[in-house]
Formats: sequence, C-alpha cells, structure tokens
Amino acid sequence: MPDVAIQSNPESSRIGVYVCHCGTNIAGTVDVRKLAAYAGQLPNVVVSREYKYMCSDPGQALIEQDIAEHKLNRVVVASCSPLLHEPTFRRTLGRAGLNPFLLQMVNIREHVSWVHLDKQAATQKTEDLVRAAVRRVSLHKPLEKRRVSINPSVLVVGGGIAGIHAALTLAEAGKQVYLVEREPTIGGHMAMFDKTFPTLDCAACILTPKMTAVGSHPNIELWTYSDVVKVDGYVGNYKVQVKHKPRYVNEELCIGCQECITACVYKEGKTPDEFNLGLSKRKPIYLPFPQAVPQIVVIDQDACIEFKSGKCKKTCIEACGERVAIDFQQKETFDEVEVGAIILATGFKTFSPDPNPHYGYGRYPNVYTSLEVERLINAAGPTGGEVVLRDGQHPKAVGIIHCIGSRDANTNRWCSKVCCMYSLKLAHLIKEHTGADIFNFYIDMRTPGKGYEEFYDRLLDEGVHFVRGRVAEVSDWAVHPSEEGKLVIRAEDTLAGFVRRVPVDMVVLAVGLEPQADAQEVRRLFNISCSTEGWFLERHPKLAPVSTFTEGIYIAGACQGPKDIPDSVAQAGAAAAEALSLIDAKFVELEPYTASVLEEECSGCKSCVPLCPYQAIAYVNETQKAHINEVLCKGCGTCVAACPSGSIRQNFFEDEEIFEEIEGVLTYA
Amino acid sequence: MRYAYYPGCSLRGTGRAYEESLVAVFRALSVEIEEIDDWNCCGATTYMSVDELTSYALAARNLALAERDHTDIIAPCAACYLVLNKTQHYMREYPSIHLVVTRALGAIGLTYKGRVKVRHPLDILLNDVGVEAIAAKVKVPLNGLKVAPYYGCQIVRPYATFDDQRDPTSMDRLLSACGAKIVRYPLKTRCCGGSQKGTLPEVGLDLIHYLLMEAQKNGAEVISTVCPLCQFNLESFQKEAGDRHHPTSIPVLYFSQLLALALGAAPDSIGLQRGFVPIEPVLAGREITYA
Amino acid sequence: MLSHPPASAATPHSTFEPRIVAFFCNWCTYLAADLAGTSRMKYAPNIRVVRLMCSGRVDPQFVLNAFAHGADGVFIGGCHPGDCHYQEGNYKALRRYQLLRRVLKEMGIEEERFRLEWISAAEADRVRAAVNDMVEKVRLLGPLNFAVSDQQTELLGAEVVV
Repeated sequence: MPDVAIQSNPESSRIGVYVCHCGTNIAGTVDVRKLAAYAGQLPNVVVSREYKYMCSDPGQALIEQDIAEHKLNRVVVASCSPLLHEPTFRRTLGRAGLNPFLLQMVNIREHVSWVHLDKQAATQKTEDLVRAAVRRVSLHKPLEKRRVSINPSVLVVGGGIAGIHAALTLAEAGKQVYLVEREPTIGGHMAMFDKTFPTLDCAACILTPKMTAVGSHPNIELWTYSDVVKVDGYVGNYKVQVKHKPRYVNEELCIGCQECITACVYKEGKTPDEFNLGLSKRKPIYLPFPQAVPQIVVIDQDACIEFKSGKCKKTCIEACGERVAIDFQQKETFDEVEVGAIILATGFKTFSPDPNPHYGYGRYPNVYTSLEVERLINAAGPTGGEVVLRDGQHPKAVGIIHCIGSRDANTNRWCSKVCCMYSLKLAHLIKEHTGADIFNFYIDMRTPGKGYEEFYDRLLDEGVHFVRGRVAEVSDWAVHPSEEGKLVIRAEDTLAGFVRRVPVDMVVLAVGLEPQADAQEVRRLFNISCSTEGWFLERHPKLAPVSTFTEGIYIAGACQGPKDIPDSVAQAGAAAAEALSLIDAKFVELEPYTASVLEEECSGCKSCVPLCPYQAIAYVNETQKAHINEVLCKGCGTCVAACPSGSIRQNFFEDEEIFEEIEGVLTYA
Repeated sequence: MRYAYYPGCSLRGTGRAYEESLVAVFRALSVEIEEIDDWNCCGATTYMSVDELTSYALAARNLALAERDHTDIIAPCAACYLVLNKTQHYMREYPSIHLVVTRALGAIGLTYKGRVKVRHPLDILLNDVGVEAIAAKVKVPLNGLKVAPYYGCQIVRPYATFDDQRDPTSMDRLLSACGAKIVRYPLKTRCCGGSQKGTLPEVGLDLIHYLLMEAQKNGAEVISTVCPLCQFNLESFQKEAGDRHHPTSIPVLYFSQLLALALGAAPDSIGLQRGFVPIEPVLAGREITYA
Repeated sequence: MLSHPPASAATPHSTFEPRIVAFFCNWCTYLAADLAGTSRMKYAPNIRVVRLMCSGRVDPQFVLNAFAHGADGVFIGGCHPGDCHYQEGNYKALRRYQLLRRVLKEMGIEEERFRLEWISAAEADRVRAAVNDMVEKVRLLGPLNFAVSDQQTELLGAEVVV
C-alpha cells in the first residue's frame, strides 16, 4: 500500500478529525457538533466532521474521501474504545493509501459519554482529549506490522469432553495435536456421570468412542499424567515444556490386562478411590476406571509398600511376567514442544459443602453430594449401581437440595447453570432405581436448553415432589415419632405459604461449579486473565467467548464458566476453529510497538539489559551499546522508561508523543 | 486486670442465681470485677423495637460509664451482651447514629470513644482464665453429670466473636473440665421463643417443648443455660409444655451454677435451692457431694 | 454541640474541579475502564486517560510533566502484581512510584495527588471507586498551582551551567 509522503514535522501535518455520534450513545451526552467545531479550529486541523456512525461503510468512506480530497496525512477519530475499532479505522487509512499508524483514536464513549452525567463536563473532557490527540498525532510515524510465521501444531490442555472434542477436530483437519491431561486418564467429569440430561444418554457410551479415537489418532500425541510447567514465546511460536509424572509402569509395554492389580499383595484396596470420590477403596496399583484411555495402570507411590519399605514381594511384577512393564525406578521426564496455538480446556471443580454446615455434609453419613450420588447410580460405581444408604439399605425418601454454594452471597454469587437439570436427572434416576419418594427443593427452576423444559414436565408427571423454597437446614432431631431416625429437611414452601419439615433417608446436595483450585496458577503460566470469580477471562463475553486477550491462546468449556456438555462441545469446536483460522493464515501480524536503541545516544550503561523479561535486550561488546531483538520484544516499554539517557525509543509510544498528549489534555491550545 | 461488671436488670430479678453463681466463680478464680456505678437498663430487645435510636443512647450510657476506668465489660445476660455489642457496632458503622448518641451523651456530660470491649463470661473464663486453670481449682468434680449445653441465640447471632456460630463449644469445654459429660444436643443454638410464650403462646410453648424434649431424649440430666430468659422459659413452662405434649422433668441451671458448684461454692449461696425441678436428686444420683 | 462536622459542609475549595491525568495500562486498567463504560457506571469527569501498553512504560518524567503543566493529580493504573501482561512491568512501575512519591513530597506535592492502583480487567467498579475517591481527596487539597510556563523553564535552564 503506497504511503502518502509524510514528514513527522508538525508544521506539515494535515489532520482530519472525525467525531462519531454512535447514535445517541455519544451524542446523547456529548455535544458532538460543538466538539467538531472546536476541533476544527485547532492548529493543523484541515477538516473536522461529526457523523452518526463512523465505523459504518459511509462513515469510513467519509474519511477516505477527505484523505484524497484534502490531502490529509493524519487522522483523529473520536468514538468508542480503540480496543474495539482501532483496527477498523487503521484499515480505512490503509485503503486510502495512508500508513495505518498515522491514526489516533480518542475514547469518548466508554470513557466519557457512558460514564458521566454532566453533559457540559463531558463535552469539556472530550475537547481536552481531542486536543491532546491532535497534538499527538502530528508526531506519529509510519510503521509496519511485523509478520511471523505460525507453527501448525496445537497444544490442548485438559482431556475432558471439551479438550477431547477440540483435539479431535484439529487432528481431523490434519494438524499435529499435543493433548496434555494431568490425571492418568482422559475423560474428565463426564466419565463419572451415569446418564446425561435431557436425553438420558449413557455418558460412558457417548464418551468412550471419542476417548478411544483420541487414543488412536495418528495426529494426537496423548500425554496423560502430565502437566505443563513452562510456556514461552508468542502467538504462532509457543515453546511449551511438559512434565510427565512417573506411573512406574512403562507406557509402551503395558497392555492393560490388569493381572498386576489382581496379584497385588493388598487383597483389598485400602486407599480411597478418587474416581469414586472416596466411596470405595482401591489398591496402590490401579486403573482409574475400566474404560480408561490409555489403558495403562498407575502405581500410587504414597500407598505402595515397595516405596515405603522397599521390601514388597512385588507380586505385580511377577504377574506381569514377560511383558516386564512395571518399573519402580521410573523417573519423571520432560518434553519440549513448539506449537502455534494453545487451547485451555481445564474444566471445573464442584463446590465442597464444608462452608455450609447446616446442610449436614460430613456430619450426617447419609448426606451426599450430587457427584457422589452419580457414582452410586452408575453401574460401574462403588455399589454396582445400587442407590443405597451407608448401611446398605435402600432409601424410601430422598431429598435433593438445589443451589448448594451457588446464588449465595456467602459462597458463590453465580448460578452454576447445570444443577437444576442434573437434579431433575438424579430425581428421575433415583426414583427409577429405588422407587423412593423424591423431593426437590429449589429456588427457581432453570431449564433453558433444548428439550430441558420438556424434561422438567416429564419429571412432574413422574410424581416427583417439588418444593419451592430455600432449605434452612438438614438435621436429625425429631419432633414427631415419624421423624425418628430420619434426616429432616426444613424449608419454607413459598408456594403453599408455610414451613415444611420433610423427613427423608438420604439428602443429595446439588453442589455448584467452581473454577479449578489451581486456576490462578494455570492462567499465570499461560499469561491470560481470570475474571473476579476465577473463571478464565474471554476476550469478549458476547462476541469472543473462546479467545483470550493473549493472542494464540483459546479457552473452551467449563474453565470459562459453568456450562453443560452441549455448550462445552460447542466451545471446543469454536476454539478449534479459531486455532485453525490462525494456523491456516500461515502468518500473523504483530503490533509494531517494539522498542529500539538509538545507538548514537546510548551510553552503554547496561541499565536496560536485566529489565527485559523476554531477554530481548543484549549488550553488544563490539559496539559497546545495547541492542534490542525486535522479534523477542513484546512492546511493554519498561526499558524505554528506564533508560537514563532516553536513547531507547518505542514505536507509537515515543516520549515526545506522550508528552504532547499529556500537555494536550492540560493546557489550552 | 479489673473488668467492668454490668449485671443488667435480669440478674437482679429472676436471674438472681446467675449473678450469685457467677460472682462465686469469679471469686474462686480471682477474676476481679467492679460493678459499673449507676448503670442503667440496656433496653434489651424490647426497647429497640419501640424506639431504636433512643435505645442506642440508653445502652451507650453504660459503655461510656465503663470506658472511664476500664477496657472490658463483662455482660453475663445474653440480651445485654447483644444490645451492648450491637450499639457499639452500629455507632461505628453509621455516622448518623454516632452523631445522635454522641449528642445525647454529651448532654449529660459523657463521651464514648468506642474503646471498650463487651465480653461474655464464657469468653473470659475460656480465654482469659483458661480451661486448665479452672480444672486445677475443681473441688467437687461433677462425676459425669450429663449436661445438655444450651447456648440460645443471642450470644451466637449475629455476633459470634468468641465461639463458632453454628456449633459453639465454649460451655462444653468449661463444663467438661469440671467433670461433666456433655450430651449430644443438636438444638444448642435454637431459639427458645424469647417472650413469645407471652405474646404468641402456641408458638412459644412448642419451641420450649422441643428444647426440653430433645435434651431428655439425649439423656441429659440437666440443661445448662447462659441466658436468664432461656432459663426462665425452660424452667417455668416445663410443666405446661409437658401437659400439652410429652412430660419432661429436667432441672434447668445456669452454667455458672454448675461451675460454682464444682469450684466448691455452698449450694444455697448459688441459688440451687430455687429450681422448679430440683437438682438435688440428680446430684445425689451422681454422688456429687458438696462442701 | 457536635463533635463531628457534617460530611457535606462546603469548604473554600468545594467549587474547585481537580484535573487528574491518568496513565492506564492497555491490558488491565484501560479494559476495566472500558467495562465500567459498558456497564454504564458513573464517576467524576475530572480524569483524562493516557493509554499505554504497560504501567512499566510510565516514565517519571511523564508524571513530573503532568504536574508541571497544571495537573492537580496523577493516577497510574496497572495490573495486579503477578498478573502483568508483560510479566514484570508493573513491579518496575511500583519501584518508580515509591521513589517518585518521596521526590514529589520534597517538592511540596502531597501524597494524595499521586496514586498507584492495581486494577484488573474485570474490576470495573474499582475504576469508578478509585477515580471518585481521588477526585474528592484532591478537591480537599485544592489546586496545585505548580504550572511552570515554558518561559520560566527556559529562564531556569539558562542559569544552569552545562
């Protein structure tokens, strides 16, 4: 794109100022005509206009026309946040033959019209801001974006349904995928469920084919029992270090026959089984669940006698025989990979009811969390699919309490989105398994998805009792003899208008969803942000739900916020598509906000060298000057501010440009 | 250190035994108290429902009087404890209340700077004296006497500064140190109805009944209370509640009476003779022989 | 006979509108300010934001320049420690802030006029609260009147022997 010849000499700058009404968003508070008129009489401003929607085609055409007609060589657009439309208007300049960086945007919407009530003060503020921009833009220099190539491989972190779907989508597109999962198997929470709402599909039946596909796909490198420990680089060129925890079993040799488990010196398991949430016990050598992918056993070094005493008979090795897959000497290993994009699909954790002792979890044995009851219902679970109390009896009455931990100022304010639906599902399944009387205690019934409201209707027909009221407490003290030996749920039935005492045998707490416990550490590792609640932060809640503010890193599934399986899969597909879009573009253009050393002014003091977190600055012995590697520089400007002789310059954020902006907002022209 | 002592009206009236026994406990443990000179009624929950702002001023007068010489006030009555704490909290939180009360106090030549801590005897005994020190001074061990520890609501809601709000155990620990056996009592913080026995008897009597029934069911030989109104309710209407629902017959004492007994006080000096349901047979049954 | 002055008493400076120059980092505070806008939160109009990529870009000269040209207060907004988009820029901003604060005090510029806040991209309400708070504090202090004209600077400069 040919640049119009320009000087960064203020005298020769010819500026066009464009004030956007944005409908009434700006014009309703800011006197846009007054602002345009004010701008029109500032030095070097050749043309000043106001228009209803600057970002529209006719709006942009206005700018292009003026550039040609009035020979403009600088443009100021006063409108919404640059974070929204700076690229738009830069392209406008490009089409008109001007270097895109000869533009300065002024935020008079998010920072002015939407946040101030006093119209006069708001208009005055916009005049100050536009004046500053006019002074600054004269000093803008033409800049070129940097082009970097994109590595076509992708890293997917997290092997739940979202990670699995993203990995398969990318692999089918012919891309190399590294799927890292910290548990010994993929599957995530979905593998623990029995049936899924609203279709009552068997979770394992629909999940395991995808798991197997991941395990056998030639384009997917599946690393389970592994963690990402280091991430370097930038979009298109990430260098990731992955740590593989030792299973003490050789992954190439184990065939998953599980003879070693049968032969273990422990005749019965003594360690709480994580997959069954502690409702059953497992041995030190185990497979997380029967359909685990990969089908490779793991040895828990904290439970295994061999690690504690070194004197075990090691019947496991004996049972393994010629395969010789067990290796007690195995150490953790590391791999380093280069990828172009990263998708985080690290999922959620369920709310632990400890902060709510009035629900009796941990105090009364027959109070369960919903996830625990999923395991009871599951035929492959700790009780073989029998929904029973701790003493083995079937419950005759079960209470399901919604919103545990959610919609609560004391714990989590948000609604966890899936609990009403899974509570309905559990009501149905428990009734099916036991014939018990089921009571659901809810605040509101939230069933918005496809087929969800119909599922609720079905439950109403099945004779499940619904009590609209927030449960005050679960206790075991009886007022009437009929309550003896039962757990009594006290709730106000707000539709009937009195307080109910409902005696049940079993209480199920519909626990909400929360960010993973290590969400903060993980997001720091990948240099993305979290929202105040702790979910990974999307770039835009409506228009960019799967990308983040860090280019090349995407998020998918429950790690971005509570959601059900259909939405997790949809987001996983979306993230994969965006990663593919990045990769297929073959290269990406980076903002040119890099810093560079003006050698004639550098004194070689080396103050800047240790400041750069990307090691982009080096001291060059031959010239005795500092030198900045443009490829590594991310453009933070820290070295620019630190240089005592002011010899480091930053593109687009030069000292002079900023001084003009500061003085512009304060002094009157 | 010398604590300011705020008995409140109840402790000079129906709650006499509370004061008698508490004073004996403090004497035995060398806890120095000094009654606030010219203290006035705190207004309890009743006055606050009638004229909130004035009730704060009423309560604050006691705080101001105490602040002159002391840093800590002991307020044994649960209602006084709550009202004084609430007054302090609200004066700190709401400038408008602070302004009015300060002006009112100023009119009688007093000021209040918010420097006094309002504390409960359980707090003093547990945290300032200590369970070990008390156990060491026990002269009459309680021999496994089965006690249902009833805390009521006002010392745990809304302010729970020295104990857990849902499952307080301070009284449990103190009485265990004297040899009592604390029985399971899930209703330990449940409301006794307060003055509802008078205003809405069908509700009040039921609440009283649940508390008594549950204590009896769990094998309690005595209910130990911290509040004069709780003690009054559970004791005085036990027969009426029993006639209406199921009969119960459990003595209802203040925790300080049990403590004082254990520390060697003469039973008649701590009001044990005044119970509607006599405690003597229970003590005899446990072979608790007093000095 | 009130022991506390009513909160809304008019002071000699109550009609004075402070001028605050703010340096917001692109990734956190600027975004939070945008979010405050989309959420239609309302705050004082006295603030003028200069957008930078990182709080680490804030050169102490920017701050001095702002005061010298008539700012009554300067506000720097960056990411929370540990969350800087460029790893450590905000730590450097913090170091400079600590030193600069003392230098400014020596020059007679009160502490409340120079403020550093860590505001993350989701904390729109903190932008509102911090701006309103700073404006009120600076309003109570009154105008700084530190503006030095270019002519004065030149005269001063002429006295310095190079």
